[in-house]
Amino acid sequence: MADTGTETHVEFRGVSKTYDGRTMVVRDLDLSVRKGEFFTLLGPSGSGKTTCLMMLAGFEAPTAGEISIDGRPVQNVPPRKRGIGVVFQNYALFPHMTVRRNLAFPLEVRGVPEDQQAERIRRVLEIVRLEGFEARRPSELSGGQQQRVAIARALVFEPNLVLMDEPLGALDRRLREEMQFEIRRIQQDLGVTVVYVTHDQQEAMSMSSRVAVFHHGRVQQVAEPEVLYEEPEREFVAGFIGDNNIFRGRITSVGHGICEVETPDGIVKAFPVGECRPGQDAVLAIRPERVGLAKPGLFSNEFEARVDGILFIGDHLRLRLNLCGNSDFIVKIPNIVGHGALLTGDRVSVGWAVTDCRALPLDGLEGSPAAELGS
Amino acid sequence: MARPLSGARLRAAALTLPLLAFVAVTFIAPLGSMLVRSFYEPHVADALPRTLAALRAWDGSSVPSEDTFRILATELRLLDQERKLGGVATRINRLEGGMRSAIMDTARALRNAEPDSWREAFTAAYPAWGEEAAWRAVRRAGERYTMRHYLNALDLDRDPPGNIVAQSPERRIYLPLLLRTLGVSLAITVICLILGYPVAYLIANASPARSNLLLLLVLVPFWTSLLVRTTSWIVLLQNQGVVNDLLVAAGVIGNDGRLALVYNMVGTLVAMTQVLLPFMILPMYAVMRSISPTYLRAASSLGATFRQGFVRVYWPQSLPGVAAGSLLVFILSIGYYITPALVGGRTGQLISNMIAYHMQESLNWGLAAALGVILMVTVMSLYLVYNRLVGIERMRLS
Repeated sequence: MADTGTETHVEFRGVSKTYDGRTMVVRDLDLSVRKGEFFTLLGPSGSGKTTCLMMLAGFEAPTAGEISIDGRPVQNVPPRKRGIGVVFQNYALFPHMTVRRNLAFPLEVRGVPEDQQAERIRRVLEIVRLEGFEARRPSELSGGQQQRVAIARALVFEPNLVLMDEPLGALDRRLREEMQFEIRRIQQDLGVTVVYVTHDQQEAMSMSSRVAVFHHGRVQQVAEPEVLYEEPEREFVAGFIGDNNIFRGRITSVGHGICEVETPDGIVKAFPVGECRPGQDAVLAIRPERVGLAKPGLFSNEFEARVDGILFIGDHLRLRLNLCGNSDFIVKIPNIVGHGALLTGDRVSVGWAVTDCRALPLDGLEGSPAAELGS
Repeated sequence: MARPLSGARLRAAALTLPLLAFVAVTFIAPLGSMLVRSFYEPHVADALPRTLAALRAWDGSSVPSEDTFRILATELRLLDQERKLGGVATRINRLEGGMRSAIMDTARALRNAEPDSWREAFTAAYPAWGEEAAWRAVRRAGERYTMRHYLNALDLDRDPPGNIVAQSPERRIYLPLLLRTLGVSLAITVICLILGYPVAYLIANASPARSNLLLLLVLVPFWTSLLVRTTSWIVLLQNQGVVNDLLVAAGVIGNDGRLALVYNMVGTLVAMTQVLLPFMILPMYAVMRSISPTYLRAASSLGATFRQGFVRVYWPQSLPGVAAGSLLVFILSIGYYITPALVGGRTGQLISNMIAYHMQESLNWGLAAALGVILMVTVMSLYLVYNRLVGIERMRLS
């Protein structure tokens, strides 16, 4: 998390939210979003990310803590005065109004003169590349077009902060990828701050400047997408972002940039994250593509295992092994050996580098270890 | 492929046959017969065929020939023997007052007479036979197909030469009553809308538990007999009733200044509004439930106050429900009968009560049928206008 030194735009300080007084939807949240950033709240459903967005928009009030925008607390500012553009999950375009009337709505209620309204609507439709659709009703537009109108409506009154709540959830895969580029382009062209909510990690990775990973109402890690992928700090992040082989062991020794962890198949040398001490239980994570067929002397970790299954993908093969106590240990190897060179039941020798395998200490890191282990 | 499919379809369609038969027997046939009755009246034509044939040649400006008197005497005698005279006399009497007694008295006087001049015998029995009006009444009553029920129902009449003219103002009954019915229905619709809209909004936006409870409260009246509900209004509203007693006890009115709340228009308005309110609330609730609360959130995120959001975003989307509820209440109240009959007194009667009166008491079924047709046509044309204005395809009942 390199600090770029830019201004803070949105800040959550110690924010908690509960609806029934017992279950905490959001727990003691600290977050800060910088100006002009594309900031994503990523997490499975029920992790509290949408609640955070709704609190920021002003539709929900935090049970505790403080949210500030541009350094000013917004507790007592109603949604209409926060000047935030919101793109809702199902767009919430007004069905009885044409595209033009939908876009004019925020301008009219703000008392923008009519001649300026037309100009702003023209410009914002140009931005979302939807010129010529002014007279259509939302029901006469495709999902992707509705999406663009919703974005245009959130931008037309020129807010410098835009919130998006799973805006691509209703679109099919191809359109979703196209819109990811579009939204990113628009955000960069206008330089607005975007706070984006999604449960799709691929979407979060491809669009965001930074991502906050939510789980059980807590932020697990806030980082750039590459950092989340390469250097997860929590078991949940390691498992949630991309494919990962997760297994457990007990730390036997800790050195500088290396620790040894005892697993059912022997000692694994790994890169220790955080406070690793000998005797602690640890979670180990190694990406399938960082595991290779071993050649003598190539890897500092080398194991032999039986191939339980082979999936032929084309450019690569996925091997399923039972290794280090994980019966679903996946290895991704490039297809240079050719199909048929490996068979189910063969014994292979695999290995990986110390730096690719991360050891995450179990204790004292998770918000509620019991809940975490249970899930 | 098409053959077995269409066979299955036919069998499925055949399942609706009992219903179709039921509707045909209990609804379409009686309705059709009533419609026919409004313009087809063969009774007098069948009873006095020869008299009417003789009157066809009559110029209408003088008393008919002796021959006509003789023929009528013969036919009256025959009817008297068959005991059919009363029905014929009543029907002719509807066109010219006094004709019932004229016919009954004359028939009695002529029972065994064989006079030289039938004309003199007739005028001796009843002087009106010497005037053209009596004969015109007989001739018009003998028209098999007639517009007179419609003229009557529209407060029109024919002058002696046969031109259509308006009834004198003091004799106009049905048009003012129809207008009053439309006015009352409109008032009830508006009151139901004002009372029902907030309730529907509340139910649609409450938590599930509370919304179920509120919905139950709306539905309970549905499960209570209409008669019980209407008579309870009498208990509440009558002169010595609960409302007046409370007002007197609270000192709002004096004991001698009790308000007339029932057996008048007030009673009709209050009781019918209560009876019809659920028909307004339920369609509106059904539509409002489908309006996502996100729209109001979106409006406020775009800078609108609650009022602006409500007026420009919520209200237009709730209109299909408003339209459905209003149409339902309006049409139901236009034909409403039992509540005004019980609590309307003399001034709170509606057109249906008049139709019932002609069906059950004056036994003028032709007029009742004509009033019914006019009511139906009025409702249909209002519906068409409404459809043009609101668009029935935008209306949703659920």
